[in-house]
Amino acid sequence: MKFLPLTLLLFIVCLLVQLFLPWWWVAVPVCLLAGFALGRGGGATFGAGFVGVGLGWVLAATVPWLLTASTLPGRVAALLSLPGGGLVLVVLAGVLSGLVGGLAAVTGWWLRQTSGRGSVESVGASTIR
Amino acid sequence: MKLWPTLRAALGVVLTVGLTWALDTKLGSAPPLGRFLSPFTGFWRNMESGKVADTEELAVPGLRAPVRVAFDEQRIPHVFAENDHDLYLAQGYLTARDRLWQMEFQTRVAAGRVSEIVGEKALGLDHYHRRIGLPEAARRAAEAMLADSITRPIVEAYCAGVNARIAELSRATLPFEYRLLDYQPEAWTPLHCGLLLKLMALDLTGKSDDYRMTNVRERLGAAATADLFPDYPQREDPIIPVGTPLDFRPVPTPGASAEPEETSDGKSDGTDEADKSAEEAMGENAFDKKNHSITNHSITQSNPTAFGKTPDEQAAIGSNNWAVSGARSATGYPLLANDPHLSLNLPSLWYQMQLAAPGHNACGATLPGAPAVISGFNREVAWGVTNVGADVLDYYRIEFVDAARTRYRVGREERRAELKIERIRVRGAADVLDTVRWTHLGPIVRDRAADVPFNAQVPPGCALRWTAHDPANELRTFADLNRARSYPDYVRALRHYASPAQNFVFASVGQDVALWPNGRFPLKYRAQGKFVLDGADPAQAWAGWVPHAHNPHVLNPVRGFVSSANQFSADTTYPYYLGWEFANYARGHRINEVLGATPKSSPTTMRVLQNDVLSVNARDLLPVLLALPSPADGELPAVHQARALLARWDYRYAAAAPQPAIWEVWHGLLQDAIWQDELGTDPKNPTAPPLRYPSRDRTRRLLAEAPDTARWFDDLRTPGHRETRAELVARTLRLAVDSLRRRHGPDPAAWQWWRQKSTDIKHVALLPGFGFDDVECGGGAGIVNATTERTGPSWRMVVALDPNRPQAWGVYPGGQSGNPGSPHYADQLETWRTGQLYPLLYLLSANEADQRVVGRITLK
Repeated sequence: MKFLPLTLLLFIVCLLVQLFLPWWWVAVPVCLLAGFALGRGGGATFGAGFVGVGLGWVLAATVPWLLTASTLPGRVAALLSLPGGGLVLVVLAGVLSGLVGGLAAVTGWWLRQTSGRGSVESVGASTIR
Repeated sequence: MKLWPTLRAALGVVLTVGLTWALDTKLGSAPPLGRFLSPFTGFWRNMESGKVADTEELAVPGLRAPVRVAFDEQRIPHVFAENDHDLYLAQGYLTARDRLWQMEFQTRVAAGRVSEIVGEKALGLDHYHRRIGLPEAARRAAEAMLADSITRPIVEAYCAGVNARIAELSRATLPFEYRLLDYQPEAWTPLHCGLLLKLMALDLTGKSDDYRMTNVRERLGAAATADLFPDYPQREDPIIPVGTPLDFRPVPTPGASAEPEETSDGKSDGTDEADKSAEEAMGENAFDKKNHSITNHSITQSNPTAFGKTPDEQAAIGSNNWAVSGARSATGYPLLANDPHLSLNLPSLWYQMQLAAPGHNACGATLPGAPAVISGFNREVAWGVTNVGADVLDYYRIEFVDAARTRYRVGREERRAELKIERIRVRGAADVLDTVRWTHLGPIVRDRAADVPFNAQVPPGCALRWTAHDPANELRTFADLNRARSYPDYVRALRHYASPAQNFVFASVGQDVALWPNGRFPLKYRAQGKFVLDGADPAQAWAGWVPHAHNPHVLNPVRGFVSSANQFSADTTYPYYLGWEFANYARGHRINEVLGATPKSSPTTMRVLQNDVLSVNARDLLPVLLALPSPADGELPAVHQARALLARWDYRYAAAAPQPAIWEVWHGLLQDAIWQDELGTDPKNPTAPPLRYPSRDRTRRLLAEAPDTARWFDDLRTPGHRETRAELVARTLRLAVDSLRRRHGPDPAAWQWWRQKSTDIKHVALLPGFGFDDVECGGGAGIVNATTERTGPSWRMVVALDPNRPQAWGVYPGGQSGNPGSPHYADQLETWRTGQLYPLLYLLSANEADQRVVGRITLK
């Protein structure tokens, strides 16, 4: 799948999954499997995982923040000694979740590549031995 | 080359799993970042708009009939139930909905279980709370609640309500602090209610001067100690007005003290004989003076916040309450005011509620974690509380006779201590075991002198005798007060109350005003427990209790008002000994002065009095000091300017005034200059026997009445030079000005009191960013508006009784919601800071229309 469709797919699936399951389900089960099954190229797969998951977190944090006008993100930023207030937390949440999503997705892609050439590699490995 | 894809994939797996694991694991004190930052499971879920649904139905298991709740603009719930069971279940449920983390955390603090959550750093606190027997005291209190047929159903329903809330928690509603600290709430039981009560008892009666006074006597001798630490102050304005006749025949009190206390007529202030004997008693210091071996502190190095306060000022957790009779009220019916001063924390210590069921309808401040209204009113009566400073906590030296310290002597017999093993679970580390020796008097809190105490006031090798350990049913008092209609109802309610003893002020629409310093007071001989007692001498044990009807009390005094501000409960004609030192008289005196000068009080004059910032202490002492001759060699212009500012000061601790800053720093330094050489405690040695300064009243008397060359003015650390009063007074003023100039700049306009004082309102767990620092407000210790650095009016209430409908006003420095993500977390703070009050909504029925009702919900 190309970058944009894969990103969109991950965005939607991860959003739905996280409504019910622990946050880390975005990583191994969803992005890794998607990368394995649908990935196309390391960069694009990583990017789709990064943006699909990270954007989901950014939006899911920002929208209720705007709706409630809560002071909580600012307080949490002060608590974690982060300069820049609550916005920094949005960025941090986006980047960290994006990293997990991207890494998982590209790992899935890489795993498929090893399995795709599985026999060749095991031969190679035995040759070396 | 062919290895690369495998390696790459393996690396990817490792990185993905590693990063995911790291973000889902609690590392150090930080929360698991992935979980915490996730907008699906993390702190973002705690963001609230604060809007209450117009109409909503909530399913709450256990209710017998629907409970209707109206929320007003401050989000105060007005609860109308069809029976008492449902009322207290709804109270538990609604309180937990807003305050679960706070109430549960406080019980973990009381139980000595904070290490379970935050790890080893809380071990000192946990050890201490277990060793003073708080969990055991709570267990006994819970038993007493459950043994009473009135309170048992109340407490059980309340617990069911809290647990209904805990059971419905989801990742959308889990309170913020659980996410941050990464743990889950536990089920709420009657024991939790008991723990909360005992934490209050510790806050209010857990202080002890026994050890410090014993050390003082060792250092100064009995005569000088009796002179500097008298059993009744020179200036006092007791709670029970002087001249109030006794309406009971006193029971005999135990015989004379086994340790007779020497009395003194104040000779140690000046005369040579007293000087001589006291100097002998102070052999240690005389030696030090010769050898210069006392650490060479000069007063310039002293830290006013560490030394400059006497214990009666440090204990700024006190409170005010008063009631004015109908005859002196502009409304023709009694008025009542209450403001308890406690640590200024968020979430607020109090939670406002109206609690109505057939037959009763109470409103006011509740304590999250305890059923019923604690300080409030109903249609017929109003009541409020301040702390009684009676001595209800004594330490007894225990003589163990065996090396294992299990058997000890009492009179001619030997007794065996009960060894109790405490197991403290520690997050991220092995459990810690501790053995506590319980004697017939109570637990040994600190085994040996070498043990660094968590609380420096605890003497080594002593058993703690404390009223908080005696089971009683305080909850019954509040349940009954919520239903009271008259003075006799109020007195009957008070009989159940033991600890922490409170001054219960009372007013009724039936035109009674009354005040009872009320609790269970040990029957003591004079000054018993002023010093550490001897556990081996049965004559020194408490001999029973003051009968309840003999607690000090006053009903409808001639002066037309009653008041309390933690000062002495009664004057020296009261037949029982309650304690040798209470809070300084200044606040109570000022309240009486203002109420006495107001022919017709109104809710507004009551509010203004709650915010009164006049310092009686400054008014008493400052003119004395300013009248002393200034130094002959002249004074720096800045000091002269400060002196001129003080000379035209009205003694008001206004937020923007510079004089309170000058006076406070000066007074602190002056106390150090007088007492630190004799009675300073070495702050660097955690096991040094602590000492203390005489009270503010005694120091004032010394400064006002003693000769200029009285021995206490001499600084023992400057051999060969004898300081005089005038010298210390002038020197400390110069130092105070110097200190203010360094901190705030040369212009006195910048020495604003609020900047110098810096009132901070902090989150209960001291989370940075979750409190409010440097709140701009006046007041201070010993002032009616007792807003100090970290303590102050935690709730202000004014009630105007009226046969049609009581009118009331209230505010606290916080908000109804304990959620830092809610706009109601601290929305009342600004109103509190500026000395305003909110009119309190008091509904007569569930359906009553009122424009201040912003939402209604039904619990089913």
